[in-house]
Amino acid sequence: MKRDIVTNLFVIKFANVNGTGSASANKLFSRAVFRMGVPISPKNIFPSNIQGLPTWYEVRVNDNGFLGRRGGIDVAVGMNPQSMERDIKEVDKGGYFVYDSTKPLNPEFLRDDIDFIGIPFTEKCREIYDDPRQRQLLRNTMYVGALAALFDMELDVFRQLISDLFKKKEKLIEPNIRAIETGYNLAKEMHSCPIAFRIERRDMVGNKILMDGNEACGLGAVYGGATVAAWYPITPSTSIIDNFSRYCRQFRIDPETQKKKFAIVQAEDELAAIGMVIGASWNGARAFTATSGPGLSLMNEFLGLAYFAEIPSVLIDVQRAGPSTGMPTRTQQSDILSAAYASHGDTKHICLYPSTPKECFEYTAKAFDLAERLQTPVIVMSDLDLGMNDNMSEPFEWDDQHKYDRGKVFSEEELENMDARFGRYLDIDGDGIPYRTYPGTHPTKGAFFTRGTSKDEYAVYTEAGEKYVANMQRLQLKWKTAAKLVPPPIIRKTDKPCTVGVVHYGTSAAATIEALFHLNDLHGISLDSMGIQAFPFSDEVERFILDHEYVFVVEQNRDAQMRSLLITEFDFDPERLVPLLHYDGSPITARFIRHEIRDWILQTSTLPRRGLHHRR
Amino acid sequence: MSYNVPNFRHPNLPKNKLGYTTKDYEGAVSTLCAGCGHDSISAAIIEAVFEMSIPPHRVAKLSGIGCSSKTPTYFLGKSHGFNSVHGRMPSVATGANMANRDLLYIGVSGDGDTASIGMGQFVHTVRRNVNMVYICENNGVYGLTKGQDSATTDIGSKSKKGEPNALEPIDLCAIALQLGATFVANSFSGDKKQLVPIIQAAIAHKGFAFINVISPCVTFNNVPGSTKAYDYIRQHMASTNTVDYVPHAEEITADFAEGTDERVTMHDGSVINLHKLEMKHDIHSRSSAIQLMQEYKAQDKVVTGILFMDEHSQEIHESMNTAPTPLRDLSEKELCPGSAALEKINDLHR
Repeated sequence: MKRDIVTNLFVIKFANVNGTGSASANKLFSRAVFRMGVPISPKNIFPSNIQGLPTWYEVRVNDNGFLGRRGGIDVAVGMNPQSMERDIKEVDKGGYFVYDSTKPLNPEFLRDDIDFIGIPFTEKCREIYDDPRQRQLLRNTMYVGALAALFDMELDVFRQLISDLFKKKEKLIEPNIRAIETGYNLAKEMHSCPIAFRIERRDMVGNKILMDGNEACGLGAVYGGATVAAWYPITPSTSIIDNFSRYCRQFRIDPETQKKKFAIVQAEDELAAIGMVIGASWNGARAFTATSGPGLSLMNEFLGLAYFAEIPSVLIDVQRAGPSTGMPTRTQQSDILSAAYASHGDTKHICLYPSTPKECFEYTAKAFDLAERLQTPVIVMSDLDLGMNDNMSEPFEWDDQHKYDRGKVFSEEELENMDARFGRYLDIDGDGIPYRTYPGTHPTKGAFFTRGTSKDEYAVYTEAGEKYVANMQRLQLKWKTAAKLVPPPIIRKTDKPCTVGVVHYGTSAAATIEALFHLNDLHGISLDSMGIQAFPFSDEVERFILDHEYVFVVEQNRDAQMRSLLITEFDFDPERLVPLLHYDGSPITARFIRHEIRDWILQTSTLPRRGLHHRR
Repeated sequence: MSYNVPNFRHPNLPKNKLGYTTKDYEGAVSTLCAGCGHDSISAAIIEAVFEMSIPPHRVAKLSGIGCSSKTPTYFLGKSHGFNSVHGRMPSVATGANMANRDLLYIGVSGDGDTASIGMGQFVHTVRRNVNMVYICENNGVYGLTKGQDSATTDIGSKSKKGEPNALEPIDLCAIALQLGATFVANSFSGDKKQLVPIIQAAIAHKGFAFINVISPCVTFNNVPGSTKAYDYIRQHMASTNTVDYVPHAEEITADFAEGTDERVTMHDGSVINLHKLEMKHDIHSRSSAIQLMQEYKAQDKVVTGILFMDEHSQEIHESMNTAPTPLRDLSEKELCPGSAALEKINDLHR
């Protein structure tokens, strides 16, 4: 087959069996590409299972720097016989299928519009290694070595990378490097290398880092001063606490006494987890929990208490495909509404929508400042795509001059000098935010009773209608204050006159930005865009939407939840907001967004049309 | 019942070591029914804390939902209180304890709050040995919702509604014992003489101290045929021991009867003087306590007193090896690794 040579612009997909150690080998490959200065965006596609089921790892190699999913597969590495038929079908015309030729390929699967590259990895491993576990693990490393030859990658990069990765397990360095070299040589001996897809050194990565969002959130919690974490294990949030724990052990154990400056409690369920967070925050510690949709559902009652009794609390929701148990290992922006309005009665909660690891880090740290300043829950809305995949990100920064904002808390001294009666829910400053005290502060002043029942300004139980209404209105005023403190939207204006906008948030950002580039480049369609970073929405969010005749709202759920939230909060005419929805559990792709917008715009007049709901 | 209490107190009210009188430990006026057992428990808590000279502001009182959970308003008015959601006091108390290990945590709950909706949180807090006093004000009935049977209502027991309960009751003391609770006592709201020193012993105990207090509901469950009525408990109560609490450094003057008395020294140096009434009961043996409870139950007797204690237990912070400084008091400098460390972390991800 005659092909053009494609350098640094393709998608490779690994098909593996889960539980076989393939994840580290695949990661090795993507890290090597990254170290050659070429931007990548890897995605794990895995089942809710520990061992034996198909799992995939898709890496987009892209020196244009676009980080969303592109769509389509150019090279597949098929190491799983169970999924082989489907994996072969998935390869785009003109692509390659790399497989383990120890067993011959089923001739029915063959296609003549792609090339097959068979290498007998298993046989080679049987020949070299005695230990069965080693055979399995190093077989993975070996196919990475073969790819290095096929793509013409620098072997030295792998050597260095392996030495760095196994710094603490030195005896693994040598066998892994050998396995890479074996695979490399095997491919060279058996096939003409390199193939048409190649990876060439670039300087496109700069000082960027590669990290998953859950690690970034865990690290953000350490930097944000969280001392209490209470949680219940749930995919895909679990590794947030794992990482929090790991970094706490690194930074928060007294070297002399071995005493821990943190407490992590694995709760009996999510109700208890958020209860512990609320108890600890009430008592003056920075506390947080991490969960996903089902856990958020369970936390509803407590979130209402924290809203109404005004107790800071931080929750990280790593969203997955719902409803119910849904698809626990697939991504979605599924909880936008259920987080924003969690709990019965009139409640609403601050939500932050990070779209990169750097934002995961910063927003998690900031969540504690916001929660304590505003004395209310703050929910960081990550998702599986961001949380569990390595994402290329700007390096993290921390300003050593930054002081934690502990909010309005009366000290012992302030209470001592206070003549007036302490009123826990008195709005002294006119911003809706009252002053609180920690238990145990002053012998005679500042004690109050925290309750989920209605109360007056002095925290005394009351069912008097006017007191209840006054309190609810103060909470509303506080909400307006919150809108000024949360991260503003990120607005990108085109340099051409533009009447249509695109709204995105969280992990839809990268694919949307890429789609907008190509819409302009390929179709001459030039659109403004706005990334919503937080709820409550600031005035800029409203202005952006009003400044355009209509906007697309890109999101990864069926019901256009962010669109509903915008319409509810601003009373927009629903026709101003065109839903653009992707919700099959895979991360949204740039191609999908581009095609949807292109088709919509080219087929319609400038004004949004009726019949919107048919599209939904 | 609401009524006005005169603000006047006798000028020569006795003072404790801190110079406080019992008035400094009182709370708001109770709105529970006149004669409610819960009010007696509130009074016992006030007396216990007063006598131990604990500064009121160093106590945090927490509760769930229900009649019993309303009571923290009625004692220790100078302490912070937290009336949380139904059955969830244990998790809030656990979190509060994580933030500051130096305060005294008193959790108040009821039989609905503990044995039904909050069962999950109760058992796990027992397992964790959270350093707190957990008082279940057990009246075998749902008061606030007007008289439904609860999970601790005995088989055959009849409330005011008159229908005998058909379901097996949950014995909270037995469950606590089996889960490894490090202090378990059973008492009666009508026996202040026994209850006050038990509360004091529970406060002195390091770890999770559970006190089940049978506390009759005068409105819905104080009728003939109810096993949680005043008359029934007075007739069937059988103490396994009576208790004197002797604070640290106080001379032990109580009579000590060789053979029938036992002294237990608590971690803070205070002493529990046990006057044993049931000689075969060993309060340091779980199986002895469980056996005793079963034997007494078979004889229709309600056993009260300290059933079990392990004064050497490791409370949760000890098993977690937490820093001695309360976590909430750690400064930014101690918590935040700073920009230089972050740069190194960045580097590891390139």
